[in-house]
Amino acid sequence: MSALDNHASEAGGMTENAARTPAAPSQMYVAFLRRVRLRRHLIVVCQILLLVLFLAAWEIAPRAHWVNPMLTSYPSAIWPAFVEMLGNPDNNILHHTWVTLVETVVGFTISMVFGIVVAVMLWWSEFFYRVIDPFLVVANALPKIALVPIFYIWLGDVASIYAMAVAIAIFITILMIFSGFRESDVNKIKLIRTFGASRTQILRRVVLPANVPVMIAALKINVGLALVGVIVGEFQAAKAGLGYVIIYGSQIFAMNLVMVSITILAAISTAMYLIILVIENRVMRHRQ
Amino acid sequence: MTTADPRVELRDIDLRYFTQEGETEAVRGLSLQVQPGEFVAIVGQSGCGKSTLLSLVAGILEPTAGEVLVDGHPVDGPSPVCAYMLQHDYLFEWRTILDNVLIGPEIQGMNMAAARDKAQELLRRYGLGEFIGHYPHQLSGGMRQRAALARTLCTDPEILLLDEPFSALDFQTRLALADEVGVILRREGKTVVLVTHDISEAVSMADRVIVMSKRPGRVKAEHTITFANGGGERPTPFEARNKPEFQDYFNQIWGELEIHVGA
Repeated sequence: MSALDNHASEAGGMTENAARTPAAPSQMYVAFLRRVRLRRHLIVVCQILLLVLFLAAWEIAPRAHWVNPMLTSYPSAIWPAFVEMLGNPDNNILHHTWVTLVETVVGFTISMVFGIVVAVMLWWSEFFYRVIDPFLVVANALPKIALVPIFYIWLGDVASIYAMAVAIAIFITILMIFSGFRESDVNKIKLIRTFGASRTQILRRVVLPANVPVMIAALKINVGLALVGVIVGEFQAAKAGLGYVIIYGSQIFAMNLVMVSITILAAISTAMYLIILVIENRVMRHRQ
Repeated sequence: MTTADPRVELRDIDLRYFTQEGETEAVRGLSLQVQPGEFVAIVGQSGCGKSTLLSLVAGILEPTAGEVLVDGHPVDGPSPVCAYMLQHDYLFEWRTILDNVLIGPEIQGMNMAAARDKAQELLRRYGLGEFIGHYPHQLSGGMRQRAALARTLCTDPEILLLDEPFSALDFQTRLALADEVGVILRREGKTVVLVTHDISEAVSMADRVIVMSKRPGRVKAEHTITFANGGGERPTPFEARNKPEFQDYFNQIWGELEIHVGA
């Protein structure tokens, strides 16, 4: 629709709304919109530029022998290495990726479920919370990576990886979700208590739904931490998985393997983050 | 009037709160009766224990001493006979307006199909028919409080406990909504206990205004509110504000509240 048409329709159908949203946007408004759009495009262009610069530096520096190519590999070497590993039956990269992915998903699912269950228990019994609180704080503060060798000895090469993912993610999950539970609006609880709600009803109808945003925030952190736990666990224990490929590759000085794995890890993190973002947008649509 | 059994009766109530820092005597030796269909307003300064009274009647708080009776039976927990309306609407932002109104029937295990019809009917009656499927953030403050009223009435309570239900609204909305709610509750013949610090709200809406003393709260004075209008119906809250008696009641209660600014 041309500017001329807009003017015509404005003159023809002047309504009450016209004052608030004029049929024809003013020139200043059009200019404002253009500035906003321009700025958004500029940001994307800069982001792409930054990525290209980074890749270019990575490609050129070893080729020009500013750094030792043995240490860094090249971006252009990563794709062929990836393709080579796709066809390699002994060292199939898809298999490794799948193993790491499954371990991570299982790890954060266990952390979320147990985190919520423990948070509910803490919410249910103030006494239990008082008793357990200092232990939780210490467990959360402890660098869990220190436990890797112990888990390996106790649990073996498979279970120790899951244990590591859960150990890293669960305590912060419990603390975050419980503090959300505690801060649930007392007046909403009072309101449904006046209808005669039992403690289970308070939990199901106020505390849990009110804390869905907190749970999503916990999930975001959880996913990243579970991935850390899995990779660290694989460093020590695994016969498969991206953590294993990274350690194996660095030991035989095959930087291509390491870089392929790291690139895939970046892709996995991004994908999981985006999935959570979609869930979050869906859930938060009606909340303000 | 005296022959009828009171719908709500408080007998010689004491209430104390205990914390590690000490004990607080909120209410001492308070007695009060509310007749069926009566609209009673309780005014008092903040912290005089007037909201506490509602919690006692609603059964979410127990007195330290004394008895709370509803329809002659001692209160021993929340009952569907009473419904509470709070200062803010406290609509659940994750539920639609209709589902918010249905929270009471859900908790009390009522027949949901019937409750749904009733909720829709109430929302339509309060001008929210188009907003049944909306979420709370899409409604204005006055609309939200009307939805809260529908939620309060959806379980069909006999007794309404209103805890400063209009205080969070802007002045114009407050007047308009108080008028609406006053008319609705009288039409439905509900027994109402309204707690407020707004004297004009109390005088304009209630049949009887009870003035509470400072903590520990006791009944300090009682006023039966009547307007001379030739034997017709009681004026609506909005009309009542323009009656000559209104100012007299206001001044008298103001004097009894002993409000000293900056004292």
